[in-house]
Amino acid sequence: MSLPVKAHLMDSEGIRRAITRIAHEIVEKNQGVEELVFVGIRRRGVPLAQRLREKIADIEGLQIPLGALDITLYRDDLTTLHVQPLIHKTEVPFSIDGKIVVLVDDVLYTGRTVRAALDALMDIGRPQAIQLAVLIDRGHRELPIRADFVGKNVPTAKKENISVRLQEIDGDDVVSIQEISF
Amino acid sequence: MSLQRKDLLGLRGMSAQEITHILDTALPMRDVIQRDIKKVPTLRGKTVVCLFYEASTRTRTSFELAGKYMSADTINISASTSSVVKGESLIDTGKTIDAMGADIIVIRHGASGAPAMLGKHVKARIINAGDGAHEHPTQGLLDMLTIRERKGKLEGLTVTILGDILHSRVARSNIWGLTTMGAKVRVCGPATLLPPEIESLGVKAYTSVEEALEGADVVNVLRMQLERQQKGLFPTIREYARLYALNQERLKRCKSDVLVLHPGPMNRGIEIANDVADADFAAIEEQVTNGVAVRMAILYLMMGGGAAHGSVH
Repeated sequence: MSLPVKAHLMDSEGIRRAITRIAHEIVEKNQGVEELVFVGIRRRGVPLAQRLREKIADIEGLQIPLGALDITLYRDDLTTLHVQPLIHKTEVPFSIDGKIVVLVDDVLYTGRTVRAALDALMDIGRPQAIQLAVLIDRGHRELPIRADFVGKNVPTAKKENISVRLQEIDGDDVVSIQEISF
Repeated sequence: MSLQRKDLLGLRGMSAQEITHILDTALPMRDVIQRDIKKVPTLRGKTVVCLFYEASTRTRTSFELAGKYMSADTINISASTSSVVKGESLIDTGKTIDAMGADIIVIRHGASGAPAMLGKHVKARIINAGDGAHEHPTQGLLDMLTIRERKGKLEGLTVTILGDILHSRVARSNIWGLTTMGAKVRVCGPATLLPPEIESLGVKAYTSVEEALEGADVVNVLRMQLERQQKGLFPTIREYARLYALNQERLKRCKSDVLVLHPGPMNRGIEIANDVADADFAAIEEQVTNGVAVRMAILYLMMGGGAAHGSVH
């Protein structure tokens, strides 16, 4: 489904700059990266986490472990979904016990996806801390969840949609705001 | 997509797309089973009732664990310890469970068609866990998942189903499922245990094991249902074992990378030789693990659906 685009918010260069800034913020906040692991929320959180990891490798010379989390089984809206999402694999092939997990997603909206991801992480292990990095924070939180690292704050109306397209999945890098017609 | 039906009664009529969706959904479920914490909150607040009119270990336990791993409340009712012994009818028992708020009733019954009949009288969704000699759809699905995992595909494979085809609901569900997925299915057993006109289901029937096994990719050995053999359909168990048991010698006729399945419980030395049952090319324990995963997938897919809802972030 393609919705009418109201405005382009970020292009490839804008996304790259945001990733660079977040990478520096992560290094600074944690005084280094030895205890860090990245976990991307499927699907677009994973390539974003991959890009952050590469950027931090450039800055610090260290490869941070990277996992992928599928939160479908942790959603709280199963019976209200019209079409069930295909469940993808959760692949976190390292222990998160005692680690600082940086959870990465493309858009932070109601906070329900992040809540589900927190539950999923707790079932995998016992991290020392969990931090949240998102490319876009569009507001409208329904739960008391706040991101530690934000690429861009975008005030939106509920009838708008934020579309994040990434090279690895969609073939190009662009963030746009779309109008949902009811 | 979600399963486009209220009840899961059999694999007959189920599309290849639906079967593939169930098998694909079972894969991440298997990851959950293999974790230290075997629990996800997906079905929290849902109730699954296992209503079993026939004895069962693996199917009932497997459904119960599948529900528990996804945080559903699961209850087991055995006919022998319920009001059935006081003469309550199936429909009344079903309506009672329905009124208590069950979301899914998993039923095993000795009469073919019992789950379909129950489904017409209750609001809860019905899963057939084996009805008479009709179907055992979740067994068919777990067999297909096991084959697909070991062989990488289903289409084009030659699968021989060996044993008591006449009384076997496992055989019927396998036949419907495998032929839909593009496998070539052979059935083999004594002529008295092959239903007449079985070939009209799109399979080839054999009475000679040797011929039926020639070049097979998979052999699914059925349990000799000793409790259903009161009609003298073959002379003696020993003669059946001599003529039809799957042993190493007979297996040589299959492809060298043959996969052996058995739905269990096994009668070792009757339908399957000991050394075949325990060999690496047999996937009997994998089938049990896959059984839990497939049932988790079914419960998950059957509890989904409803009004459209926007994406969540």
